[in-house]
Amino acid sequence: MALAVVLILLVVGSVVFHFWSPWWFPPIASNWGTIDDTIILTFWVTGIVFIAVNLFMAVALIRYRAREGQKAAYEPENKKLELWLTIVTGVGVVAMLAPGLFVWANFVQVPEGAAEFEALGQQWHWSFRLPGKDGVMGTSEIAFVSQQNPFGLTPDDPDAQDDLLIEGDPLHLLIDQPVKMLLRSKDVLHDFAVPQFRVKMDLVPGMVTYAWLTPTAIGRFEILCEELCGIAHHAMRSLVVVDDQASYDAWAETLPTFAETMAAVPGDAAAGEALYPVCGACHGAQGEGIQLLNSPKLSGQEDWYLKRQIINYKQGRRGTHQDDLFGRQMAPMAATLFDEGAIDNVIAYIGTLPDTPAEATVTGDVERGERLYEICGICHGVNGQGNWGVSAPQQAGMSDWYMVTQLKNFQRDIRGGHPHDAFGRQMAAMAKILGDDEAINDVVAYINTLQ
Amino acid sequence: MAYVAIADQVQELHDPTTFIRKYIWSQDHKVIAIQYGITATAVGLLALVLSGLMRLQLGFPDTFSFIDPVNYYQFITMHGMIMVIYLLTALFLGGFGNYLIPLQLGARDMVFPYMNMLSYWIYLLAVLVLVASFFIPGGPTGAGWTLYPPQAILPGTPGADGGILLMLVSLIIFIVAFTMGGLNYVTTVLQARTRGMTLMRMPLTVWGIFTATDLGLLAFPALLVSGVMMTLDRVLGTSFFMPAVVSMGEQLDYAGGSPVLFQHLFWFFGHPEVYIVALPAFGIVSDLLSTHARKNIFGYRMMVWAIVAIGGLSFVVWAHHMYVSGMNPYFGFFFATTTLIIAIPTAIKVYNWTLTLWRGNIHLRVPMLFAIGFIFTFVHGGLTGLFLGNVIVDIPLSDTYFVVGHFHMVMGVAPLMVVFGAIYHWYPKMTGKMFNETLGKIHFWVTFLGTYFIYLPMHYLGFLGVPRRYFALGNTEFLPDSVQSLNASITVSALIVGSVQLIFLYNLISSLFKGKPAGPNPWGATTLEWQTPDTPPTHGNWGPALPGCYRWAYDYSVPGAEWDFLPQNFPPEGATIDSDGIVRSTDGTPA
Amino acid sequence: MDRSWETPGIPEDVQADGAIPTTPSAKIGLGFFLAVVTSMFSLFTVAYIMRMEYADWQSLPDPGLLWLNTIMLILSSVAMHRAKRAALRGEVRGVRTGLIISGVLSFAFLAGQLLAWRHLNAAGYFIANNPANAFFYVITGLHGLHLLGGLWVWGKTITKVGRGLEVRDLSLSVELCTTYWHYLLLVWLVLFGLLLST
Repeated sequence: MALAVVLILLVVGSVVFHFWSPWWFPPIASNWGTIDDTIILTFWVTGIVFIAVNLFMAVALIRYRAREGQKAAYEPENKKLELWLTIVTGVGVVAMLAPGLFVWANFVQVPEGAAEFEALGQQWHWSFRLPGKDGVMGTSEIAFVSQQNPFGLTPDDPDAQDDLLIEGDPLHLLIDQPVKMLLRSKDVLHDFAVPQFRVKMDLVPGMVTYAWLTPTAIGRFEILCEELCGIAHHAMRSLVVVDDQASYDAWAETLPTFAETMAAVPGDAAAGEALYPVCGACHGAQGEGIQLLNSPKLSGQEDWYLKRQIINYKQGRRGTHQDDLFGRQMAPMAATLFDEGAIDNVIAYIGTLPDTPAEATVTGDVERGERLYEICGICHGVNGQGNWGVSAPQQAGMSDWYMVTQLKNFQRDIRGGHPHDAFGRQMAAMAKILGDDEAINDVVAYINTLQ
Repeated sequence: MAYVAIADQVQELHDPTTFIRKYIWSQDHKVIAIQYGITATAVGLLALVLSGLMRLQLGFPDTFSFIDPVNYYQFITMHGMIMVIYLLTALFLGGFGNYLIPLQLGARDMVFPYMNMLSYWIYLLAVLVLVASFFIPGGPTGAGWTLYPPQAILPGTPGADGGILLMLVSLIIFIVAFTMGGLNYVTTVLQARTRGMTLMRMPLTVWGIFTATDLGLLAFPALLVSGVMMTLDRVLGTSFFMPAVVSMGEQLDYAGGSPVLFQHLFWFFGHPEVYIVALPAFGIVSDLLSTHARKNIFGYRMMVWAIVAIGGLSFVVWAHHMYVSGMNPYFGFFFATTTLIIAIPTAIKVYNWTLTLWRGNIHLRVPMLFAIGFIFTFVHGGLTGLFLGNVIVDIPLSDTYFVVGHFHMVMGVAPLMVVFGAIYHWYPKMTGKMFNETLGKIHFWVTFLGTYFIYLPMHYLGFLGVPRRYFALGNTEFLPDSVQSLNASITVSALIVGSVQLIFLYNLISSLFKGKPAGPNPWGATTLEWQTPDTPPTHGNWGPALPGCYRWAYDYSVPGAEWDFLPQNFPPEGATIDSDGIVRSTDGTPA
Repeated sequence: MDRSWETPGIPEDVQADGAIPTTPSAKIGLGFFLAVVTSMFSLFTVAYIMRMEYADWQSLPDPGLLWLNTIMLILSSVAMHRAKRAALRGEVRGVRTGLIISGVLSFAFLAGQLLAWRHLNAAGYFIANNPANAFFYVITGLHGLHLLGGLWVWGKTITKVGRGLEVRDLSLSVELCTTYWHYLLLVWLVLFGLLLST
């Protein structure tokens, strides 16, 4: 009896939970309202079956509970009843399946005139590519992937030259413009998912997969990786911004073409030397870092990392959080490097400075730090040497007190909290693994032992 | 298949005398069954602890410093693999299959007892190799139980050095063990049925286990093939599944392989695997419902047909796990259709279970509680399967918590309800003792309600868009803060459900010593295992003569009969059933 | 499917208590085992055909040695068949001769396969070079392993012959071996055809 009552309560409770709980799809932002409709339809069909079967069972439990002198019926089968139940079930199945396949046919068939973009996945971040003025994407090959050509585009493919590249920044889409996404991976399986768009598709290394949608709402939406891709799977995020025509055009203007990135000239260290004194005032003449001024060591750090950080400061992705006191000091200084050429030059000069390991100032449990570092080392290298392939800067020999400050900032989203700082966001998610301040000290103390 | 097979004479029974031959190197199917059961339960407890640890992380992120992404992914991988293969498959087929097939068919043992024994020891080896991966540098693999390449064998995934190899080796060993056992089960069913035990008189338990074993025999080779090829990719650098990749900024020496090919092979095994677990559960629960409702199973022929149909169809639906895998999207039409067709025989089974209750005389004893719990949870999990099987509906839900909720409901909770129900149901036969009813009821209520509180909300996390296999959600703009509270409450439920399993174990162990003697047939059941001359049954099961089988397995409440059940060995010319539920000839001798 | 609830009693076509099953269990067991092996080799074949579609596939040269090996396997199967016929006629000598010839030819086949591997290796067709190579090594290797397993049973049977067992105690083993040998020959012919045609 109790069981029957509980079954009824569970059925009622589930229905109440379904209609009154606050947890449901985020508001849709694409043309795929039909997907939502098929889900609602499936809910009605399955919901009715759920209620009917369980209530029937509950009634049976009450009516036919064991009683003295009662004997069960003997009823091996009832062909007519079984046939009817089969037919009704079949009708229910068709009612769900037929509309579903109809919508799927839409999904498979990309409308003519759809724009294209490419999402390129790797452990653990997203990059994007637009076909550029000619409207055709260049070909690519894994063998071409290098530091200068992270997309692996075919260098002499004419179609590739005007392709627009987006690394680390959000993707922008034009509202009401059907768009086909071409998905490609450099290493393992990933999955391009934006919950508000409803569609998602895996990225498979060795092939190009696709899906399509039409964005229907202006706004900023989160891109998640939804296929397990290794230890930082949860940190593999990006953003997609849906724009009106004007903002979209303005954004597209700022993107570098493939040809431009390939033509970039290395910085001129001599020219950089002239710019460096501004930096050296705080970071030290040899780029050795000055803890009193809260300025970390620069020499020995990888150039692509320094460049990205200066750009982050210039564009307000770093040094704008109100609790980031020292970052806010750096931001106006970075602004004095007026263009990309200047940045490259000064970084080239920093590259000529002697890389003497910074003095150790942090102490902690090195043994525990070593255990904790296992995860850090996957990206930053077992010797803390850094790895451009996963955008991980060098740690060994760098200012340890600075790493402590930054890890704390990451944990509190003071750094990496800016939505457009994709790599910072990723590190913020990873830094939280360390938990307390003691763990930070331990891991940094271990980094101090690395050469 | 004519029903002439009587295996009594062709078997050489080793009558063991020493302790070791009796309980360790035993060829007795009942001892082997219990060995399988204990090993599977032990490794299952490990998997349960692992799930508790991952729930701690999800419910209270950034709180436990001993859980980092590396061991988190190791936990989910090992939890999934152990639960699906080393617990459920081993327990249903190696455990219940071994115990029940010969007893329910009236046989003395399996037809190949020696191979049966080997099967267990090789299974144990597989378990040991698997557990050993916790103790090697780098630890076990963290590739997820699906072991998808390229990820599974590349750095960036925990255990990409040794863990994945031990996992693959362990799986290959398991498949050898399973094949040895499986050949035994199917051959025994075909060869060793006692006289009169026609196929259509077999209890549905045997039908479920028989069909599941057939599926396993045909499906496990797919896992073997993919395991062998992945091992070679990892060890010898072949490119079966490995395309050209840049891993962590480094160009690797692979080219041209297809990760999707692995997924096809994996799911060609993986989907039938769902039914390898589900079909024995379907069969067993039918017998529990019928026995405790004192009513014949409704639509027996339809039930047999449905088991076979589901088994057959399970081989043509595998790619519904791959709707977003990047395979040719036109496959979606085919696989959505086949998948939803499976709903029909499955629904028929559900209807027939509930119709068995209708006009029954229902005794809500502990095994019956679990059987009803199974119907409720299976209906829930089956219906959410219709969302994921229908290709377009799957797109927003795949890889979210909806999937986690669905498959735990349908192939975690529901089959475990049957496992628990079955253990309570046959415990008196296996041990001769009755378990503690109160503890059993506590176990049921906490497990049944607790699991629903765990998995129902997960479906709604899925609607929200919470991805599965995330170590932490971090700052995700579109997720309300309530998601975290929901996750915390799920964790609390999970820990409660997990710890109540200790009561279950306590009940099993303490009742061995303190339980009341149960008698040979405490439930008044009709199937042959309740008619053994000794309880628990001794070596050879049946004493001097095999029981005859005169009727189907569901003669409950037969009109005009003196008793509300007529066991299968109750002859048509009449006999008596004594107070123990044992059939006696009218002159009082055993039938 | 009969209405099994309607007719209690022992069905008439069931033989009396003590009847022996018409087919030995070992035969049924072997039948199921061959189904398992078939499943495995079919999956390899499907994987082979699917993998062939990709651009980087470069077919292997067909080593002429494989033809010789194939002939040896066929003869081995024939010899096994003759052993079975002899067993049915009750001739121990025929059984012995058939088994020995078949075993020797099987070992020769395996040696030939190994030699073919070595030739390919020497010619620079390593397992990791190309998927076609990898499939060739894996499929031939697994087939060889299965034959090796068969030879283990063959060894047990030939020991029985050596111990001077009666033919009727041998005939089941010989029969099972024959079925297995024919089966492995069939598998080989299919695989060889697949390798040749691509």
